[in-house]
Amino acid sequence: MTGRVLLGAALLVLLAFLARPGSFAPLFDPFTCNNAAAIYTQTPLWSLTLSHLALVGIAVLASTVVALVLAVLVTRPSGREFLPLARTITSVGQTFPPVAVLALAVPIMGFGAGPTLVALFLYGLLPVFENTLAGLTGQPRNVAEAARGMGLTPRQRLWQVDLPLALPVILGGMRLTAVISLGTATIGSTVAARTLGEVIIAGLLSANTAFVLQGGMVVGIIAVLIHAGFQGLERRAAARIGLAR
Amino acid sequence: MSLRLDRPGLLFAAVGLAGLALPLVQFKANRIVPGEGLSLPAALPMGLLMLLGLGAVLLAGCLRWSSALRLAAAAAGLAAVLLALGGAATSLTPPDDTLARVAPATGFWLLLLAFALMLTDALTRLRPALWLRVVLLVVAVTALAALLGSGLLDGVSVMREYAARQDMFLREAQAHLVLAFGSLGLALLVGLPLGVALYQARALRGPVLSVLNILQTIPSLALFGVMIPIFGWIAANVPGAAQAGVAGIGLFPALVALFLYSLLPVVSNTLTGLAGVNPATREAAIGLGLTRVQLLGWVLVPLALPVLLAAVRIVLVQNIGLAVIAGLIGGGGFGTFVFQGLNQTAMDLVLLGALPTIALALVAGIALDLAAEAANRRAPARQGA
Repeated sequence: MTGRVLLGAALLVLLAFLARPGSFAPLFDPFTCNNAAAIYTQTPLWSLTLSHLALVGIAVLASTVVALVLAVLVTRPSGREFLPLARTITSVGQTFPPVAVLALAVPIMGFGAGPTLVALFLYGLLPVFENTLAGLTGQPRNVAEAARGMGLTPRQRLWQVDLPLALPVILGGMRLTAVISLGTATIGSTVAARTLGEVIIAGLLSANTAFVLQGGMVVGIIAVLIHAGFQGLERRAAARIGLAR
Repeated sequence: MSLRLDRPGLLFAAVGLAGLALPLVQFKANRIVPGEGLSLPAALPMGLLMLLGLGAVLLAGCLRWSSALRLAAAAAGLAAVLLALGGAATSLTPPDDTLARVAPATGFWLLLLAFALMLTDALTRLRPALWLRVVLLVVAVTALAALLGSGLLDGVSVMREYAARQDMFLREAQAHLVLAFGSLGLALLVGLPLGVALYQARALRGPVLSVLNILQTIPSLALFGVMIPIFGWIAANVPGAAQAGVAGIGLFPALVALFLYSLLPVVSNTLTGLAGVNPATREAAIGLGLTRVQLLGWVLVPLALPVLLAAVRIVLVQNIGLAVIAGLIGGGGFGTFVFQGLNQTAMDLVLLGALPTIALALVAGIALDLAAEAANRRAPARQGA
């Protein structure tokens, strides 16, 4: 309960700050020196926030769809041959640093939102894929037996049994992907993507801590909210399949 | 042996053949201008022969051979692609031309990917014993080091960038290692006792873990940025701090930021590891008359070792990657090259920073996976907990 109140308060603070950043200036004033501006005004913060969220949202959606399809394919009888390889690739792929993936996408994509999107997409594939695989392959044997006994076709079994049962774990993967992407997207500003990283980098370049703090605060609050939101969805999905968590 | 089609092999062949069709290298008049793509036959005197050879290996991979044979073929293919890159660079660069650059292009990366996938697939199917995997890792790292040291790749753009700033590279490599391993060390030093304390004091678990959780959600860029003024202030106002090496710029803020990110995995895994020890084992140890300290040091911690190693893996791999961001705030490390390269649009310089980071993260990840597996085998008492 206290958790929910705190989250609500955080959301209100975030919205108030994005709507009227100017009124928060006294709060950030102590962190500036030499009469520098306390609030980033180069680009409106709400517009940076929206483009940040859009970038992350598109990347997470795209990687979820692709990862789900791939995970379903490698768990079908015709795709089984790829399963061990797919497992190895996901565990090895996750050791690739997201920042390095971002930097490597630049030569191919040029500057702008493109490389950030590609890096977030590629990096986001792995947690969702790994979790979907775990969800689809980790089911008790009697579930499969029962589904077959009920006369479900493989397709029906996938849609009516396997995927709903795997949903909480899949959502967990999406949560991981979304939170990592939110943080990594800030680094996209070094390659000229329009994200909240712009505010932080402006702060770093002009030694203005107020900018660093407000950029970090906005991203941090959004991350906490998204984290909590996904956890709520996971709990609901788990309750639906009879797993009280 | 009946020759059947191998589906993963078809995938690798498709990727590899696309790589053969696309330009292997890019020839650039200097390090910043866009270059001209050259395919394998155009880039190497013996290129056509090599193209046919690589194509044959890829096509042969579509059929089901023994996995050991495939492993050897994939390793040979990888070596051939790397040598082709080095050879192309040497033969394309006019003598005495210090400005021209021969950079790896799409074809090279696709070929590398195809053979790396083939190698991984063969290894996964062979399922070698633990000791053999350790040997293979050592062999792979040694072979790569030997190749880099042999000078065969010296003509390649990335190596030219390296040659131009050898001293700086070694310094930044050292800084990167200090950042990644130093923050891990600090996190273990603080996180292990903290985890043990939380294990004893149930009431504190929730609050401490949620603080650490929130720390993790702060974007790395911001956390690094916030550390600068904090330590600048400490260095200026706390007597003796500046003499002790605390400073607002440089290694120190980056090290502390990484340390803060590392705390959550260490603390939560310590808790999980300790809580997962079989209660019967605990009781038996207490029955033997062990003190609390002995119980912890002789029984609980050794049994929790696999979970602790998992935390070390998470932290080390994560910190090797995050340490790149230190380059943006003057903390050193390979990130220095990445961001310098991005600023100058010199992609070879970006690669000089990104490739060692990836290699380091990969080796650390694989090595710790092996260590965790070894520890898991030695702690059978955990089972049934």
